[in-house]
Amino acid sequence: MKRYFGRKLLIYALTFFIAVTINWMIPRFMPGNPVDIMISRAGLRGSAVTQMYSYYMDAFGLDQPIWKQYLNFWIAIFHGDLGTSIFLFPTPVIQVIKDALPYDVALLLPSILLSWFAGNKFGALAARNKNLDNTLLPIGYILTAVPYMWLGILLAWVFCIVIRIFPLGGGYDFSMQPSYTWDFYWSLFNHWVLPFLSLFIVQFGGWAIGMRNLIIYELEADYSHFLEALGAPRKLIRNYAYNNAILPQVTGVALQIGVIVTGALATEVVFAYPGIGYLILQAIHNQDYFLLQGCFLFVVIGVLIANFVVDIAYILIDPRTRAGMTGGAE
Amino acid sequence: MSLKIENLTIYYQTIAGNVRALEDASFSLADGEIMGVAGESGCGKSTLSNSLIYLHAPMKYIRGRVFLDGEELPIHDTQKMNPFRYKKISVIPQYAMNAMNPTKKIGRMVEDLLKSRGENYKEILPEVKNRLELVKLSPDVLNMYPFELSGGMKQRMVMVISTLLDPSLLLADEVTSALDVSSQKAVAEMLVGFRDKKIVKSIMLITHDISILYQTANTIMVMYAGQLAEKASTETIIKAPRHPYTKLLISSLPTVGVRISENRLAGIPGNPPLLLNPPTGCRFRDRCPVAFAKCAEVPPFVEIEKGHFLACWKEGKAHA
Amino acid sequence: MKKKNELLYFALRNTKLRIGMAVLLFFLLLMIIGPHLTPYKPADFVGPSSAPPSKEFWFGTTTFGEDVFTQFVYGLAPTFLVGIVGGVIGTLLGMLIGFVAGYRGGAVDEVLNILTNVVLTIPVLALLLVLVAYIPVRGVLIEAVFIGLTSWPWAARAIRSQTFSLRTRDFVGLAKMSGMSSMKIIFTEIAPNMASYLFMTFILMFGNSILNAATLDFLGLGPTEGVSMGTMMNLAVQWSALMLGVWWWFIPPGIAITCIVGSLYVMNVGLDEVFNPKLREM
Repeated sequence: MKRYFGRKLLIYALTFFIAVTINWMIPRFMPGNPVDIMISRAGLRGSAVTQMYSYYMDAFGLDQPIWKQYLNFWIAIFHGDLGTSIFLFPTPVIQVIKDALPYDVALLLPSILLSWFAGNKFGALAARNKNLDNTLLPIGYILTAVPYMWLGILLAWVFCIVIRIFPLGGGYDFSMQPSYTWDFYWSLFNHWVLPFLSLFIVQFGGWAIGMRNLIIYELEADYSHFLEALGAPRKLIRNYAYNNAILPQVTGVALQIGVIVTGALATEVVFAYPGIGYLILQAIHNQDYFLLQGCFLFVVIGVLIANFVVDIAYILIDPRTRAGMTGGAE
Repeated sequence: MSLKIENLTIYYQTIAGNVRALEDASFSLADGEIMGVAGESGCGKSTLSNSLIYLHAPMKYIRGRVFLDGEELPIHDTQKMNPFRYKKISVIPQYAMNAMNPTKKIGRMVEDLLKSRGENYKEILPEVKNRLELVKLSPDVLNMYPFELSGGMKQRMVMVISTLLDPSLLLADEVTSALDVSSQKAVAEMLVGFRDKKIVKSIMLITHDISILYQTANTIMVMYAGQLAEKASTETIIKAPRHPYTKLLISSLPTVGVRISENRLAGIPGNPPLLLNPPTGCRFRDRCPVAFAKCAEVPPFVEIEKGHFLACWKEGKAHA
Repeated sequence: MKKKNELLYFALRNTKLRIGMAVLLFFLLLMIIGPHLTPYKPADFVGPSSAPPSKEFWFGTTTFGEDVFTQFVYGLAPTFLVGIVGGVIGTLLGMLIGFVAGYRGGAVDEVLNILTNVVLTIPVLALLLVLVAYIPVRGVLIEAVFIGLTSWPWAARAIRSQTFSLRTRDFVGLAKMSGMSSMKIIFTEIAPNMASYLFMTFILMFGNSILNAATLDFLGLGPTEGVSMGTMMNLAVQWSALMLGVWWWFIPPGIAITCIVGSLYVMNVGLDEVFNPKLREM
């Protein structure tokens, strides 16, 4: 178990290191002077240009030797200094991201957990019911092939425009000020439902199909056949199959997390939902590279944390990992 | 008479058609008998064993009846078969190494299994420990996961699980093939011990390895291409076989521990026939050195001496 | 020869494979014939603004008065191109790393394994976002190459474990004894033995590349020139097609992607049934 965990931590540390390094490298090794490019693209005029220019020369530290620039970059990161946003100048990037983060957590956490549980239950049900299976399977395959944002667009169109049940755009009603009132929570909820639902639906299809296939595979496993030969009731055999099929599904969360997060980014864009995905779009449109890189860093951190949680969960449920055998999301 | 089988015929359903894996098998097994079933792979011996306890697709029941201790086994009805399984007839499967749920503690799995069959685990537990001792396993294994056991230990654990409810008939399918020679011998001796202690009444020991039968079995039944060829006491089969196939099988049997399939019968030209469209009559006749016109009919499996059964026109006649 | 016929026989009577193939062929045909069915170019302003589907404009027009059908059929080519190029690059990289890691084992395997896991953990699309944002002029090929370069890890892992089990087989040992080089053994002995598996890997990569490209395009980071399914959706959302109810602008590209990717996935399942006799329905 120690070895398993050590390996995992090494991989995560390495991933973080590489991600940060790439993040540092991209603006420096692209053709042209990044500061000039940024300022010309930002389309600023007059005194703003000089102000911005001196800020950027300072921030990038381009007059310093490369290794020093790299070191400074790391020091800044550990101080939580990700630079200053251009389009929300002079708000620090870290502050912009902090404001957006709760919206991402509110979308991702429930959609992943609920779709995972519901998908597993449903997939297990389909594995034993031929009729359900015949309908679930095609729907599941279609769902896994639907681009996240398109499902979002469809839901937005149907529920916000055609039958106006839900509001479209933003994290809450524009006429409101954030406050601890029921009205405000209600507005938050209303704006949350559709982005959540589009994430939930696409993921649900994947989990359900995965569970169905895994259960069928487990039911054909030797231990299932042995139990059957000894006359054990179907219920016991299905229980065992389900419990064993859950294990790769847990690993699946770690493998899918990147795809899910990206899906969430695209979904936020559709609904103008003020999470990190929407920030990324703003950053791209406004050539706000500090913000873009900060967002990337947070996405990486988020994915790493999720992976870590999955690893711990896996160790808790699979005796083989506990006993020092390898396995899981390796 | 512990087991009595009449005209048992089992096919495999495939897209290309029926594979006739077992055709009109009729034989019986006495109380206390350990019968070895030998033959090349694909001769139908595993089909025979599987069909008796767990007949499932793509296996298909065609005809035949099976009686165990005078009661007919509804082998073609998997639901009606359930009460008999484990309690009257049990199996040590070929895949014993993977027969236990990999993520459950062994004791927990045994408990689940016994409870699901309406048994009281707590009452049986002392007996479980006795049996473990019998196969030289510590009671601690009940607190372990299957992956913590060696291959031989798993094999013995499955042996204990399979026989916990004292079944009348135990099917042991290739129980020794995955083990090294010394464990093979130990497992074979344990099986005999189980019979001697009346834990099981009789045993059908399916194997590639005739040498293991020599130490263990009272009788040997030889199968060829889905048909029964010969059944007699172990001594008779080894020393005075009558069926031309048995003769070749025994004479080609080299030293102890070499399995038939790895050492394809030297001196017999050709291969066993494909069972999708097998030839009519005796299926060995294309390779048989003494075949003649009559062999185009299926030879009956008849008792030519007391306890010696044979399906061969030539040999059966010569000594009739 | 006999085995090939048998595979073909099962392939032709496999419903999933047939449906998948039919859908895929339909869109391929549309990609080829489509541009000849329309007198316009994708960026031509040809009709009234936001006209619903009609005899003249089959899929209606955009808010700028461009013909949606024209954009749609012209946009299919980049979509397929990204899928194929991204899929080929991803599969080849996955093969290379998977084969070497699985065949060599030991320290090489360990290093490649860590590399694979690192790339697997990095959220690829987020990385692409940052990377692509710095490239001022982007073509479909660049996009495809980027997608291919970042999508190989899962394939590498799967191929590695397959290679691992194959390398202990007799025929590999025989080849080793006869003095064949490792690369030759990999490509003449090991790869052919998992050809079906590699093909299925490519099919999945194909689909994933299309999905990834659609997401990039949708976020406005697609090719700077031309149309694709993703850029159509991007422009539709950006120019309030939702609010204005111009559904004919954003429905077709989504359907196309879902159908193409879905048909690839379904084909993959079908192929699995064809190649693995165990899964064939009786």
